[in-house]
Amino acid sequence: MRGALIPVLVLAVWQGLAAGGVFNPEVLPAPGAVAVRWWAYLTPEQPFDPARDAWLSWLLSGELVGDAAASLYRVVVGFFIGAGLALPLGLAMGASRLVFGLFNPLVQVLRPIPPIAYIPLAILWFGLGNPPAIFLISIGAFFPVLMNTIAGVQTVDSIYIRAALNLGAGPATLFLRVMLPAAMPYILAGARIGVGTAFIVVIVSEMIAVNSGLGYRILEAREYFWSDKIIAGMLSIGLIGLAIDGFMDRLSRVLLVWHRGLES
Amino acid sequence: MTIRGVTKRYGAAGRQVVALENVELDIIAGEFVCLLGPSGCGKSTLLNAIAGFSPPSAGTIEVGGVPVGGPGPDRGMVFQEYALFPWMTVAANVGFGLEIKGVPRAEIAVRVHRLLEQLHLAEFRARYPKDLSGGMRQRVAIARILALDSPILLMDEPFGALDALTRSNLQDELLRLWGEFRKTIVFVTHSIDEAIYLADRIVVLTYRPGTVKRIIQVALPRPREASSPEVSALRRELIALVMEEQTRFQRDESLMVRQD
Repeated sequence: MRGALIPVLVLAVWQGLAAGGVFNPEVLPAPGAVAVRWWAYLTPEQPFDPARDAWLSWLLSGELVGDAAASLYRVVVGFFIGAGLALPLGLAMGASRLVFGLFNPLVQVLRPIPPIAYIPLAILWFGLGNPPAIFLISIGAFFPVLMNTIAGVQTVDSIYIRAALNLGAGPATLFLRVMLPAAMPYILAGARIGVGTAFIVVIVSEMIAVNSGLGYRILEAREYFWSDKIIAGMLSIGLIGLAIDGFMDRLSRVLLVWHRGLES
Repeated sequence: MTIRGVTKRYGAAGRQVVALENVELDIIAGEFVCLLGPSGCGKSTLLNAIAGFSPPSAGTIEVGGVPVGGPGPDRGMVFQEYALFPWMTVAANVGFGLEIKGVPRAEIAVRVHRLLEQLHLAEFRARYPKDLSGGMRQRVAIARILALDSPILLMDEPFGALDALTRSNLQDELLRLWGEFRKTIVFVTHSIDEAIYLADRIVVLTYRPGTVKRIIQVALPRPREASSPEVSALRRELIALVMEEQTRFQRDESLMVRQD
């Protein structure tokens, strides 16, 4: 109940300002107008026609569903490329001083560059469409996963390693059965940050490189002065981001049932 | 097991600490030996050298005539911090050593089950270490080593972090298991009472550098009553020996504080 207080208050003030005519509706539409526009954005444009399509595909034919699917596709592909490269490199850098010494200087120089700064290069290299967007998202996901994987492997408690050696573990067993699971809480925390970054980058890249997705849609709406649709799109972005984070949280709870830090 | 002239130095030249100096010790198969002494006497260092985690700077350690090269499952170690793998269930922890050896799954299941029964852990087989009390965890750690069937058990203050009652239960349990499995046990402790209760022989070490100060044979029948006159006499003798070293340790410590 307490959690609803501030949102309701914000809505009331917003409604009051809009109804009082303080702002032009093109600058600040009323909450009701945003809700109507959101419904129109979410629901199918055509009336249901059983002769033409199946019920489920009709239900999902709304513009918002298509945009969300396009954005999520880019996030998933970009994340898996970025994290898929970061994980083996991070494991190698965490486990070997030699590999760490070789790669760390380059990583330290590249890491502070925001993924957005790669936009000009991404367009030069990949043109327009999905490839530059996915490239940018991969970069966004790469560094959080890399840094956390390195830290995770480097901070494995030496007592586990001693215990495993005492049980006769060889290098492969030691790495796969001891160091990797011991580093897993860090790696999953990195993946959660990486997905969050990927979702930020997808919105930005859609404003520049492609003609679909949530980021593209709110920029398009600006050209028509549809501020109600901009806000409806922003709220959709917020809710989807929240859902993604919730999913990652559930995933790490399932994978880390053994972990002490997750006891409620 | 024979330990000959074992010396262990730490640190760079000039600021070197000699943890062990010229330690000589023979341990017979099936014997229960306690290494006793104050903090800094090198008892854990000696145990780690036997385990093969950190080789001595000089001298040799041989087990069954073979020099110790590195850590291995023939010398199972039980750590004070339990060192169970928190991502494995109790059963997986106990079976891990067998899995490394390449024992078939079905046989691992049978042997793990039998051990868990013997240590009264069967109902916790699917639990993770975080769900267990300290005493339970240490039982699992002991089961993990017994599963390997190593002839030698190295125990580094295994009951030091437990409350008095749990500690006393586990001491009885360890003696029972020792009788049942016929292992050689090298047990590090700073508790005089624990050493008297458990050991066939008590090796008192000196404070820095660690050397063998005295070896005391304890021929008393088990279970040993804390109030019996023989135990009391032995305790007085040991207190006197350990106190000499404890005093040197405290003098050193206060010197270090003054230097800081």
